[in-house]
Amino acid sequence: MIKGKAFKYGDNINTDVIYPGKYVYTIMDPEEMAKHALEDLDPDFVKNVEKGDIIVAGKNFGCGSSREQAVTSLKYAGVSAIIAKSFARIYYRNCINNGLIPVICKEASDYINSGDTVSIDVLKGKISVNNKEFSFVPFSSFIMEIIDSGGLLEYTKKVIKNV
Amino acid sequence: MTIAKAILGKKAGKRVEVNEIIEVEPDILMTHENTAAISKKFYSLGVKKVWDPEKIVIPIDHCVPAANEKYAANHKLIREFVKEQNIKYFYDIKEGICHQVLPEKGHVLPGYLILGSDSHTTTYGAFGAFSAGIGRSEAASIMATGKLWLKVPESMKITVNGKLRKGVYAKDIILHIIGDIKADGANYMSVEFYGDTIDNLSVAGRMVLSNMSAEMGAKAGIVQCDKKTEEWLRSRVSREIRPVKPLDDEYEITLEYSAEEITPKVACPHTVDNVKDVSDVDTEIDQALIGTCTNGRIEDLREAAKILKGKKVHKNVRLLILPASREVYAEALDQGIISELVRAGGIILNPNCGPCLGAHEGILAPGEVCISTANRNFKGRMGCKEAFVYLASPATVAASAITGKITDPREFL
Repeated sequence: MIKGKAFKYGDNINTDVIYPGKYVYTIMDPEEMAKHALEDLDPDFVKNVEKGDIIVAGKNFGCGSSREQAVTSLKYAGVSAIIAKSFARIYYRNCINNGLIPVICKEASDYINSGDTVSIDVLKGKISVNNKEFSFVPFSSFIMEIIDSGGLLEYTKKVIKNV
Repeated sequence: MTIAKAILGKKAGKRVEVNEIIEVEPDILMTHENTAAISKKFYSLGVKKVWDPEKIVIPIDHCVPAANEKYAANHKLIREFVKEQNIKYFYDIKEGICHQVLPEKGHVLPGYLILGSDSHTTTYGAFGAFSAGIGRSEAASIMATGKLWLKVPESMKITVNGKLRKGVYAKDIILHIIGDIKADGANYMSVEFYGDTIDNLSVAGRMVLSNMSAEMGAKAGIVQCDKKTEEWLRSRVSREIRPVKPLDDEYEITLEYSAEEITPKVACPHTVDNVKDVSDVDTEIDQALIGTCTNGRIEDLREAAKILKGKKVHKNVRLLILPASREVYAEALDQGIISELVRAGGIILNPNCGPCLGAHEGILAPGEVCISTANRNFKGRMGCKEAFVYLASPATVAASAITGKITDPREFL
């Protein structure tokens, strides 16, 4: 079960505002990446975010670059899940491959406000907030295996071991 | 069967269905300047050798020559990795931007499955390949195992018929489409382009469509390989060229456009789908940029030179020109294009991606405006979150560089 307070943003939040290009090839330490998460969209975000918090956004979250730091920086800043109406393709994969939960739920995205405390049951596909409940399609067993492994690299390690 | 399903089915060794998850081995894995970070992830997997050193292509292109010690250290790390792993196809900083270099050097063929750790890997779709961007962990994982999971995407068929009007180019076609279906209009889909307008485009023009398919969320942007593609490829590839044809019309979405209706376009800040007619925008500019993986080809430089020849860049404007590759640069020199651009006041930079993503050269100051032939205009994209980036064709950028404000290129044609 995931639980945290919501930070709400709009549609088409792109990878440049999540993690600016000027840091892409210069910062290698994920803790350092976290200091720049959402820098060009919400400069106060890193000051206010706490471990477990949840980002809530509109459609096409994470559009733009393939830069994985746009996921890693949020994860190391403490974000546990992102609820959006839709995700950009590479961003969605990068989330799964780094064990940051991407939840597609239009109704929850419309309903939740910044500051709301949100709980997500990933296995059952349920979101709870203010005594209201929303459903989403749970992940397939293959995707859950990657998430449960802690991301694609850990999953690949297991695969290599089993060969 | 769509081209996407035909190629993915061939790689999976069976008939595939939309939304099915398959595990496949790419024909080519491309990793560029992010190879430094990817190599660290690769070694963290406990593997000593990459799965196939002849299937990995590595150009260094995003910030070259190195802007500072950090970039220099990354470049060094990549060169060491290339040596340790005997990577056969490595292109050091002199060659240019990955999406131009890979086709030029013969690594792209129709029917290929190409995965690359860059969102504009879609560019190779212009040659009839299925080509998609992936993340760094995915690239590291492929290096170790040779495999990656992919979801078989839905397909969108976009047909453009008719003759393009004067001053209208491939860039205007794709901006017109993105303005229509928006930044997520083709999210997770494989887009295929058809119609006589597409048939009549040069290979360079088709690469613009495939490149910018990423900006409508597409996983791939495919143009069928035809005689023109074969001719372009013939002197560059060593293998037989075997085009993949779609077998039927199983497209989830079908869109049709008339070329005659398309006018010169500009994508306004801060999203690529904020598309307007150039004639409706007259913002003053500080910088103009011609280059990038979208529009840095010889055809683009030639169009710009046609407009700039014998003219002067406006005194308030810095015009930056980056040929997409060494090959393009040399050809532009041989054809006298570079001298025309320089005489007009253009500043020629070495082939690289730098300014487009705010990594290197041409960074904007707060409040400044740039019109660029690139593919993204997100807030902060060119290194400053208080600057404004407009996207347009090379002709529109050239015309705007002369007048000092965003200008319809038809005034100069």
